[in-house]
Formats: sequence, structure tokens, C-alpha cells
Amino acid sequence: MIRILLSVMAFALGITIAAAQDPIKERKDLMRGLGDQAKIGGAMAKGDEPFDLAKAQKIFATFAETASKAPALFPPNSNDEPTAQDPYTASPKVWQDTNDFKSRFEKFGADAKAAGANVKDIETFKAAFGSIGKNDCGGCHQDYRLKKS
Amino acid sequence: MNKILSGAAAGVAGIALLFWILTIPATVPATELPPYTPDVGNGRTVFYIAGCASCHATPNSDAKKVDYTRLGGGLALPSPFGTFYVPNISPDPADGIGAWSEADFVTALWKGTSRRGRHLFPAFPYTSYQHMTLADARDLFAYLKTLPPVPERARRHDLAFPFNVRRLVGLWKLLFLHGGPFVPDPAKSAQVNRGAYLVNGAGHCAECHSPRNFLGAIVESQRFAGGPTPDGKAWVPNITPAGLQHQDPPWSASDIATFLADGMAPSGDYAGGAMVDVIRNLEQIDAADREAVAAYVYSLPAREGPKPPLKSLRKP
Repeated sequence: MIRILLSVMAFALGITIAAAQDPIKERKDLMRGLGDQAKIGGAMAKGDEPFDLAKAQKIFATFAETASKAPALFPPNSNDEPTAQDPYTASPKVWQDTNDFKSRFEKFGADAKAAGANVKDIETFKAAFGSIGKNDCGGCHQDYRLKKS
Repeated sequence: MNKILSGAAAGVAGIALLFWILTIPATVPATELPPYTPDVGNGRTVFYIAGCASCHATPNSDAKKVDYTRLGGGLALPSPFGTFYVPNISPDPADGIGAWSEADFVTALWKGTSRRGRHLFPAFPYTSYQHMTLADARDLFAYLKTLPPVPERARRHDLAFPFNVRRLVGLWKLLFLHGGPFVPDPAKSAQVNRGAYLVNGAGHCAECHSPRNFLGAIVESQRFAGGPTPDGKAWVPNITPAGLQHQDPPWSASDIATFLADGMAPSGDYAGGAMVDVIRNLEQIDAADREAVAAYVYSLPAREGPKPPLKSLRKP
């Protein structure tokens, strides 16, 4: 019994330490990583760059990976404040409608995985990329991100 | 003494009469509308450019589930003057605009006057809609008539005194409601003129993308240069070159057109906030119209906007 208790405590301590790193910086870096991939995808979708299946799969793989990592990076009381360089902040709604917020990432991850498995040419890429951008990225930014300057 | 008193009384009565005359709500009489067969397809385009549904559609807690064809109203618009509740503009004859004539509708868009002859509050952006052509206004009315009636009376505005006195809106209009239907600039291309018409008329972009003065009117010298949202919780970006050309990377006209279609900025970021609904509307219109809007926005003169007070925005 004591052993179980100790291991639970150790586990809880581990979570606390993991969460105590810098979740705001980590999640912002993750989001920038998404933007970098989206930029590559946008160039291919517009025809500015030739379609490349490996790049397309990497875009969706990055989306899926981010979707699985991100929810843990919004622990309670991790509200961020705008700076002159970075006007974006998480909306307080993240911590009010937490279940819905997390379900958005689940949907984002599922959509990205399906897109990665099904993409084969520029047309399938454009359809999936456009839909994820508009619904998953835009839909979540509409409700859970604020621009403050 | 009596003379002074009666003189003062006459003065007060005179001022009251002058106020009453100056603030009579303007209307467009039915006799000013020539015979016309409306183009419902164009009305649908105007509907999506104007983004009518972004405010007038019956709200849903999930933004993606809002049905843009059910215009039952009821959305709360918080502002420094109080909370406005968006009215029902579905064709329901009792709760919506089903009993309105075409002239009533044109009057509301151009003059900001209701069917009952009262001033509408400028939360309804008639300062922009007054620039719409008569044909577009009539086509829009015809399109709205094709949508389902929604029986549902929106609640009354909740405004603080003196902002709840509608007659005072008449003075506001004397100060800030000028102009009429859009006049093209022959020095500009047809595309830029089309964009200017869409942006300044039905599109009413400047209504959010500009700072406002203490009376709630757009600061003309900073039109399109961004400012706080009406609820003060967020910030609307500067869309003149002073804003868009200082982002990394700077925006081209084609970047603006792409953004209006799918929400992606040249940095790879996706639009958030109220702009998501704007894009949901604009994806319904022709690419040529989005490109015209982009060409006009790209051609705007650079204007510096107000600087956001970061600290006061911290606690929403």
C-alpha cells in the first residue's frame, strides 16, 4: 500500500515538474511550428511551390503531433500577457470551457492523421489542408485566442 | 422680471423646437424607387459581402453551427454605451421585417431610420450602408425575403442614459452621417473601384478596422488603421500598409485575397476572433470580388493607428 502511495506521489511530482517548465513559451513555439508548416502548405496549395508528397505528409504529421502535445501546455493559471512583439494571448475561455478546448485538439489531431493517411496528390492535399486550416486552425483561434495589439 | 422669465421660456422652447426639427429621422419615400425587377442572385452576393448573418443570425454556442439563413437576431453586442441586442431581420411579419416595404428597407440602410420612423443606433453600420447602390439594396431585400421566417422577438437594447435617447442619434447623424451612394473614381482601375465600393459600402470593413472617438464615430484620419474591439477585450489590426507592410513577411495583394478566402496570413498563421466569421461569409462570393477587395485594401494610404495600451488590456 505504501509502495503504491509512494509511486502515485512520485508520478504526481513528475507531472508537476513537467508542467512547471515554461508552458507558455513551449505552446507558443509549438504554434509557431504549425505556422511554419502551414506556410509551406499554403505555397504548395497556391501553386507557388511544386507539390511534394513528403512535405505534405510532414505537414500533417506535425499537425497531429502538435495536437497531442498542446493540451498539456495550457495548465491552470498559465494565462499569458501580450507584449509589444507578440500581441496574441490565450483567451480566458481556455480555462472556462476546458473540455471543449481539449476536444478541439482531439478533432484537429484526428483530421490531421486522416489527411496524412489519405493525401496522394495536389488535389487531395488542397482539400484537406484548406479544410483543416479553416475549421481547425481558424475555428479554434476564433474562440480561444485573443489579439491584444 | 416677468419679461426675463418669459424670454427665457421662449428661448428654451425655441431650442427644443430647433432640436426637434434638426433630429427628425430621414426617410426614403416609395415614390423615389423606380420600377425594378430585383436580382436575387446578386442579393445573395451582397448578403455575404455585408456579413448580415454574422450579427443577425440566431446565435449558437458553437460558432460553426450558426445557420446563416436563420436571421432571428438576439446576439449581444457589448459596447462602451451599453449592450445592443441585434434585431430579427428574418421575413417573419411580426418579429422580423416581413411586413416591411422595399422603401422601409432602403430607408434603414441609407438613413438609419426604422419602419416606425425612429432613429436606429449606429451599431447597425448605416454609415457604410448609405454608400450601397439602390440596385444592391433592393436585391438584398429580395434575397432576405427568400429566407425562412424566424418567429422570435429579440430583447430590447440595454443602454445607459443618455445613449438610450433615440432622438439624440439625430444629432449624431448630423455630425457623422454624410454622403450617399458610392461614386467611382475615374483615375482608378475598375478593379480598385469595385473593391472600394465593396469595402466602404456593404463590406463595412472600416467599422471594425478603425478607432472611434468618444461619441462612437470613426476617427477619419485613422480610418482602417485598427483599434480596440467595442468590448475593449481585444485589438483589431491596422490594414493600411502601415500595418500589413510591417509584418513578417509583408503582405502582397494576392496574400490579402488568399487570406479573405481561407484565413491564412503569409506568416502561416490563421485569422482568429470576429474575422473568422467574415471569412466564412467571404468564401461564398466570387474570387474576382475578393481580389477587388484585396486590390483596394492594398492601395490604401499608410496610416498609423492608435497604440494599444498593453497593460489596460491585460485583464479582460
